[in-house]
Amino acid sequence: MSREARVGALLALLAAALVALPLAANSYFLSVATLVLYFAYTGQAWNVMMGFAGQLSLGHALYVGLGAYAAAALFTQFGIGPWAGMWLAMALCVAAGVAIGFLAFRFGISGVYFALLTIAFAEFTRIGFDHIGWLGGPGGLFLKVEAHKTTDLANLRGGQTMFYYVMLALAAGAFALCAWLLRSRAGYYWRAIREDEEAARALGINTFRWKLLAVAISAAMTSLAGVFFAFYYNNLFPEQIFHISQSIEIILGPIVGGVGTLFGPILGAAMLTALADALNNLVAAMGWDIPGVKQVFYGVILLLVVMFVPNGIWPPIAKRLGLGRGG
Amino acid sequence: MERNNGMNRRKFNTALAAGGALTALAPFGIARAQGGKLKVGVLLPRSGFEALIGQSCQKGADLAPEVIKSMLGVDIEIINADTESNVNTARTRAERLIEEGAHVLVGAFDSGQTVAIAQVAEQRGVPLVVNIAAAPQITEQGYKYVFRNFPTARDLVTNGLSLIGELFQATNIVPRTAVYMHVNDTFGQAMTGGIKAALPHLTQLPFKIVDTIPYDPAARDLSVEVSKAKATNADFLLLVCRLNDAIVLRREMVKQRWSPMGVIDPGSPGIYEEQFAKSLGKYADYCIDNPPWYNPKAELTHVVEAAFKKRNPKEHFVYHGLNIGYTFEAILIAADAFKRAGSTNPKALADAIRATNITQRMCLGGPIKFNAKGQVEGNQSACVQILNGTPKVVLPSYAAEAKPVFPWPEYKSA
Amino acid sequence: MSASLIANVVIAGVLTGLVYGLMALGLSVIFGVVRVVNFAHGEMMTIAMYAAVLLFGAFKLDPLLAALPVAALFFGLGYALQAGLINPFITRPEHSQFILLVAVATILTNVLLMVFGPDARNVQTDYMLDSWAIGQVLFDKARVFAALAALATAAGLFTFFRYSRTGTAIRACADNHLGALIVGLNVKHLYALTFGLGAACVAVAGCIMTLLVEVAPSVGPGYTLLGFVIVIVGGLGSMLGALLGGVLIGVSEALAGLFIDPSAKSMFSFGLLILVLLLRPQGLLGRKP
Repeated sequence: MSREARVGALLALLAAALVALPLAANSYFLSVATLVLYFAYTGQAWNVMMGFAGQLSLGHALYVGLGAYAAAALFTQFGIGPWAGMWLAMALCVAAGVAIGFLAFRFGISGVYFALLTIAFAEFTRIGFDHIGWLGGPGGLFLKVEAHKTTDLANLRGGQTMFYYVMLALAAGAFALCAWLLRSRAGYYWRAIREDEEAARALGINTFRWKLLAVAISAAMTSLAGVFFAFYYNNLFPEQIFHISQSIEIILGPIVGGVGTLFGPILGAAMLTALADALNNLVAAMGWDIPGVKQVFYGVILLLVVMFVPNGIWPPIAKRLGLGRGG
Repeated sequence: MERNNGMNRRKFNTALAAGGALTALAPFGIARAQGGKLKVGVLLPRSGFEALIGQSCQKGADLAPEVIKSMLGVDIEIINADTESNVNTARTRAERLIEEGAHVLVGAFDSGQTVAIAQVAEQRGVPLVVNIAAAPQITEQGYKYVFRNFPTARDLVTNGLSLIGELFQATNIVPRTAVYMHVNDTFGQAMTGGIKAALPHLTQLPFKIVDTIPYDPAARDLSVEVSKAKATNADFLLLVCRLNDAIVLRREMVKQRWSPMGVIDPGSPGIYEEQFAKSLGKYADYCIDNPPWYNPKAELTHVVEAAFKKRNPKEHFVYHGLNIGYTFEAILIAADAFKRAGSTNPKALADAIRATNITQRMCLGGPIKFNAKGQVEGNQSACVQILNGTPKVVLPSYAAEAKPVFPWPEYKSA
Repeated sequence: MSASLIANVVIAGVLTGLVYGLMALGLSVIFGVVRVVNFAHGEMMTIAMYAAVLLFGAFKLDPLLAALPVAALFFGLGYALQAGLINPFITRPEHSQFILLVAVATILTNVLLMVFGPDARNVQTDYMLDSWAIGQVLFDKARVFAALAALATAAGLFTFFRYSRTGTAIRACADNHLGALIVGLNVKHLYALTFGLGAACVAVAGCIMTLLVEVAPSVGPGYTLLGFVIVIVGGLGSMLGALLGGVLIGVSEALAGLFIDPSAKSMFSFGLLILVLLLRPQGLLGRKP
């Protein structure tokens, strides 16, 4: 079987399994699966900026939060549903991302300094939103949820299954988009920029513009995760949604799975979420009811993975499956 | 360059993945246990930034089965889950508990996490009894399976403020001005809104707020804020805080030699907690807080306290009474409904909970009765003052353990 | 807004800022020389704070004195951490370093939670709540002692780096890694030494800090962020810059709290960080990156 055919077959299998999942799984498993897809999606979005264009963003929670608040505000103030609200969310995040990127790249900020800049912007926004009274401030913005047994897709009101499929659609869309981007001209330019920006510029690539594009796409994608978050949890607190721990959670998946690869973020998100949940159950089963134990295990495993599998888990698996790198 | 130990790495990864999948999938074989036991799923933040209060509430859950067995004769089994102070985890843990056969859920202290759990409860048709969470929205969503036995933020503020009026009446002091400092978080914001709304109407509170100073909950240093407050020369400090900033603030007051008539908190946590008295020693004395509280003279309180002492011989009940009281009552509500319904069917339980009327209580207030929105009205607060290093109820008089002291002794009128 | 109010606020800002500066000093030394982004910096300081609290609880040892043994311990631990765990990561991409140290931070924070529980702890020395008064202006005793200790430590470190052979060798490594190797310096040992020094520095800062604040397992990340803000503003690789940055942040936050909204004063620091990153990334006294 050729490599392309193998990839295709694998993808088809995965897609079928994911679509059929709600038939076999219970609500708890679905809620975990939804979480996996959420982090696979946000990881994929972050990967565009980091894995493709080589820009380390440690403040991606900014886009989740902005997207969430934009859509939530439209819903609570004007009754505008998420499908319309998401456009504002994307526009807002693209604007923010482009602003940050513009400032950073124009002033030649890169590497760790760029990462710190993204943290600063996220923190600045977090404290700022704590002071925006009409969006709830620190008390939080709550979306009205009606008791229902029916699914209202237009307003994203429904059961776990509905949310699962929405997230699945988003994650699949992100995957397709990234696959296409990788093979497009943008993908080639990004790879060049990531390898050696100066050389790329010497070749005549307008690195400024292409880096900005990566930031914009990444921000737009992440904003949709925010919209989902708002309608899934129905409450937003600046302290939580803009917090640096959110930013860290977003990047764990792709780094563990494999930065710059297509399957890396998905595999990483799946592994980490399953791991966290398995640890919860393990710790409960062993009766180690000490708070903090699970996080210590989690940290240790993360440490081991980063130390011994530096390029992520996916590349060696891909090699084993004969799919080559980046598939 | 990658080191060439691919075999080990791959084995490691495969083993990890297999183990993960196994442990995640394993419990799906568990059949729902029927029979005479009520399974109560308790969701609390036992790790993360809310760990301290979460663990305190947990003590109430731990002693519940034994006390309830002797009170009502019903068997309950507690299944614990840690929300990790995190809304993602709260939601999946709630789903998990239901999967493990929980007939009713109790939790979760944090409003955001409680809202997430409430949605799951409503979706799955499993009743949720909220032990502690003040956001009004929790019982404003029209849910049929969510019940709360804790005052909403609005009620909390009103109760707290009227107690301040009672305090002034009881001590015959009428301060004219107050400086209002508040932590800029959920609680602080709710309080501020409530104070703005309620204060003009509460005529027995004739004081004016001369300045409002919000501060960052994560602030390590509150010297500026205290300097500002001292400069207002207000009669007393109206403070909405959390534990850590309460301690820092009080210390700053001492360092900056600011001694108003007193420190009065309309109801947020902090002042009545153990660490406050421990850290401040004599400087904790005479500080006042008006939180929802337990009735130290109630019969049920004595029973619960005895059970607490057995399990936690080295701890002081008074510091956990509030958290234990409301957590215990939440489980009591579930058990009481179970007894009346005679079944673990969730719909029957929910209907039974809706008809609850418990008069023998531990917490202050009227009987536990849910209104149409699933909210208990009539939960009361107490005026609690630190006297000799211990929080003591000074008001209302029927529950009082001591007389209020206001202004505090070190106040010298200017 | 009286003059004495402003004076009090500024003085408190300067004193506290010096202690923050000492903490950032450790970070600056590590970042400036070893080029590792130590995202576990705040957690390291938290452990030092717990150490000081324990020593006080057991022996009534004043934290300023406890700083010496704790610093020695942390020097050794820092050396081991760098040589053992972190060294291979210096050449790795930043995101790998970041995750490595985030993992370390998670482990440390939660081990602290397991061992000490979530309660906040503190020390209570006799002089902690005293203050000296000069007219209307108050000088908080604990803050003054803390600031003096911070200055003394910084001076010691500065002397070491400026005048000792090892210190000069370390600075050479930082300036020109390849050159240092060529000249025959044991770079790996020097890096570990530097990390140890940085850790010792943050240990002293932690001990001093217990005079001013409480410690709980969750306080770490806030200090890491603060450390980075100060290091960037003050200038990477400049020790004086770290101290100055600390004072600047301390005073500006204090003034922002006084004149604007106290709950938004951190916003001011992050705003400052953004401006510095964009307009003058080398900070006040750093070298151009």
